[in-house]
Amino acid sequence: MAETANNDAFVEFERVQKSYDGETLVVKDLNLSMPKGEFLTMLGPSGSGKTTCLMMLAGFETATHGEIKLGGRPINNIPPHKRGIGMVFQNYALFPHMTVAENLSFPLEVRKIGKSDREAKVRRALDMVQMGDFAGRRPAQLSGGQQQRIALARALVFEPELVLMDEPLGALDKQLREHMQFEITNLAHELGITTVYVTHDQTEALTMSDRVAVFDDGRIQQLAAPDVLYESPENSFVAQFIGENNTLEGTVKEIKDGLALVELDDGELIDCKPVNVEKAGDRTLISIRPERVEINVEKLGETAHTLKAEVAEFIYMGDVFRTRLKVAGKDDFIIKTRNSADQRRLQPGEHIEIGWLPEDCRALDAV
Amino acid sequence: MSKLNSTGQQTADAPTPEDAFHEAAALEGKGGNGGPVLSADGTPLKRSLNRALRMQKMRALMLIAPLLIFVLVTFIAPIADMLFRSVENQIVGTTLPRTVESVSDWDAEAEEAPGEAVFEQLYYDMFLAAEAKEHTKLGTRLNYEQTGIASLFRSSGRDMDDLGEDYIDALEDLDEAWEDEAFWYALMTGGEDAAGNTDLLNTQRKRLSNLTSDNFKGDIGFVPGAEISQLLPNTARAYTVFALFTVIADEDVVSEEEPWEAVKIALVQDLKAGADVAAYEGPGAAELRAARDMLSDMPEIAFKPAFLEIDEDWGANETWRAIKIFSPPFTSGYFLNAVDMAKTLDGVEARPENQQIYIMLFKRTLFMSLVITGSCILLGYPVAWILSNLPMRTANLLMILVLLPFWTSLLVRTSAWKVMLQSQGVINDVMVWLGLVGDGDRLVMINNQFGTIVAMTHILLPFMILPMYSVMQTIPPSYLRAAKSLGATNWTAFWRVYFPQSVPGIGAGSILVFILSIGYYITPEIVGGTTGTFISNRIAYHISSSLNWGLAAALGSILLAVVLILYWAYDKIVGIDNVKLG
Repeated sequence: MAETANNDAFVEFERVQKSYDGETLVVKDLNLSMPKGEFLTMLGPSGSGKTTCLMMLAGFETATHGEIKLGGRPINNIPPHKRGIGMVFQNYALFPHMTVAENLSFPLEVRKIGKSDREAKVRRALDMVQMGDFAGRRPAQLSGGQQQRIALARALVFEPELVLMDEPLGALDKQLREHMQFEITNLAHELGITTVYVTHDQTEALTMSDRVAVFDDGRIQQLAAPDVLYESPENSFVAQFIGENNTLEGTVKEIKDGLALVELDDGELIDCKPVNVEKAGDRTLISIRPERVEINVEKLGETAHTLKAEVAEFIYMGDVFRTRLKVAGKDDFIIKTRNSADQRRLQPGEHIEIGWLPEDCRALDAV
Repeated sequence: MSKLNSTGQQTADAPTPEDAFHEAAALEGKGGNGGPVLSADGTPLKRSLNRALRMQKMRALMLIAPLLIFVLVTFIAPIADMLFRSVENQIVGTTLPRTVESVSDWDAEAEEAPGEAVFEQLYYDMFLAAEAKEHTKLGTRLNYEQTGIASLFRSSGRDMDDLGEDYIDALEDLDEAWEDEAFWYALMTGGEDAAGNTDLLNTQRKRLSNLTSDNFKGDIGFVPGAEISQLLPNTARAYTVFALFTVIADEDVVSEEEPWEAVKIALVQDLKAGADVAAYEGPGAAELRAARDMLSDMPEIAFKPAFLEIDEDWGANETWRAIKIFSPPFTSGYFLNAVDMAKTLDGVEARPENQQIYIMLFKRTLFMSLVITGSCILLGYPVAWILSNLPMRTANLLMILVLLPFWTSLLVRTSAWKVMLQSQGVINDVMVWLGLVGDGDRLVMINNQFGTIVAMTHILLPFMILPMYSVMQTIPPSYLRAAKSLGATNWTAFWRVYFPQSVPGIGAGSILVFILSIGYYITPEIVGGTTGTFISNRIAYHISSSLNWGLAAALGSILLAVVLILYWAYDKIVGIDNVKLG
């Protein structure tokens, strides 16, 4: 599941567990290793243990069991202020009684860096986030996006090798958030810093990261690059958590030649790509992405499987049409079609045929 | 407008009231070429806004009206009254109006007491004051300035009836008519149809209403005759006063009451002064002429020796200086007294060192209040810190412990300290038992400054903890984490990041505790002894024991001024915006 420790790993979690109350584990057996310069995102629903992991890395929580290493050195017993990790907090945590420049100069002051050096570094950091003109302002006089930049600059000003970000864009509006996502990734890659980024927003995770660790129930469910995660989810949680997904329940009839024959609950037989089903007779959840479902089945060729469907609802969303269908006894089957010039708008009540390629249909574990 | 919006966007995303204000100001500036901004129906925007807000304002006013009235009646008015009392000094002028007038010519630098003329006026003033029982009040008032005057006035008031007894006896021996109420009434009205002197009546009405709390309005069935008031001015005046007092204060009938001795003495004076009774033809003309003839054989009435005989203090220069210095209706005397100064004829001078007490008390009050505030900060800060960092449930439980003292009577808590701290008390006993101090030299911890500071710190501590706690609660823990992640040690993170943000709480708590303690009364009274009492104890003493309300008011006003000045200074130095109660 997780990668094994290797020698050029910069951040390592080895069999880390965490419990707050001594009864339940918030983090269960976490193993993770990331190389220098990587942008890794911890993604998961709230309560999945991702923030706890970040806090253990920053030093604000101690691991109940296991070891965390930074640059090959165990850091379990090093207090946070000696770890030299930059951190951006969810609410920015800019010190309200200090100006922007004072905020940035704070980490340099506590490191006893000389005044002129300090000023140069503060200036450089502010220029880096295009906030050079705001040095004399108080945080309260800045907008959310500006505060966000300052928080970023403050986390970077003392040139840490590792930067942690705890849902830093959560408080921004959509447009600004998208802009900042772009800026943060650019900056991280330009400076070559290793970044651990925590979010519950999957779009953010997919667009920003080199790799994404999907957390649920205190475990990493899948750790992979965004495209792999989206297209080849390893289990039904990941499949359902990342992106939109249609699921159909059924039983495996047989597995051969890399294809699984699944009998749906209403008796239909379809071919799927087996992911974590092992033998005939297993219950399975098959998943198909809405955009991989074709309504012009003749385009698909011979290998495709087709099903009958009835249109339940048609939703116009601008760039795409979103249509809800009744398929195989379920009425929450979603398909997405591009709003192209020749695309037909389906009418509710209409009977159509839908189909997909067997490789787009993945047989996963039944939940 | 769009341009304004875009500038607003640059400074802050969230519009603040200030932004709105700036925008409004900018709009107004722009309106210079376009006239005032109009609302949809063409009325100026400002006016329609005011109209829209008027209803709201009225409702708000109605809601606060009961409290406002209550505060005005029970708080503002007493303060105004107190401020007034601290300078008010009308009692001398209203009780001894004629004496005050005539003593103004007296040269106070002279060793001698004033002359006969002043004592003559003193007689009439004192006689009336004694009848109205106002002379002792004046005595008490002047006693604050010159010890002994109270008893002088009290004893002299009793003897006023006997002054000039010989003359009255002689008059009554001469003709029994002088003892006859009806005769006097006829004489003073000047007969049935005689012209009346209402001016005199009104003047005396005013004089009496100044002297007493009654307003002396209403018909008294008597008007002094115009002719007789011209002939016998002193007598007419004295009789008018008598008549007014008899009818309104005593509720009797003038013509059925024998006049006061003072009226008869006035008559003697008038006749001796050569009143032209020969030409007088009104009622009682014969008796008046007989009396004049009889009196011509007797010497002038000597008021001064008579007063000196009653009490030789009347001849003392100091008595008269006190009367003269404190004759104006308003005086700075109370305030001077409150700062250990005395008012003299030449101006102001410091009191003798052994009588200086108030400056020392003010200093002690300020010093001890500061110490109490300081110890409350030291003891309260860690508690507030713990409270704000605990989970809600535990914090609430601990908060009950903090608030517990509020549910116990102040008196009980203070008395408990007495039990704890006294020389045979719990703490001393324990220390003796532990062998820390010998049985012979037990520590003195009560009835001194130490006891007051300990007890008051304990009592006022919740007032410090509560505002600190509510401010600390609003400081997110992420600030400390951020500071630590930036490389600050625990101490640096606290001192550079947490502490500055908790200052508003300290400020609010300090103001509360300091202002409460500067006017504290019960605790210093019980555990303060002589060295641990506050200025408020002295104020209470003057209000309830010495009854020198003027001085108490002056001390209170100074205390109020000191608090206001300190508040102002605090605002200048720390800024009152830096005070938060939550």
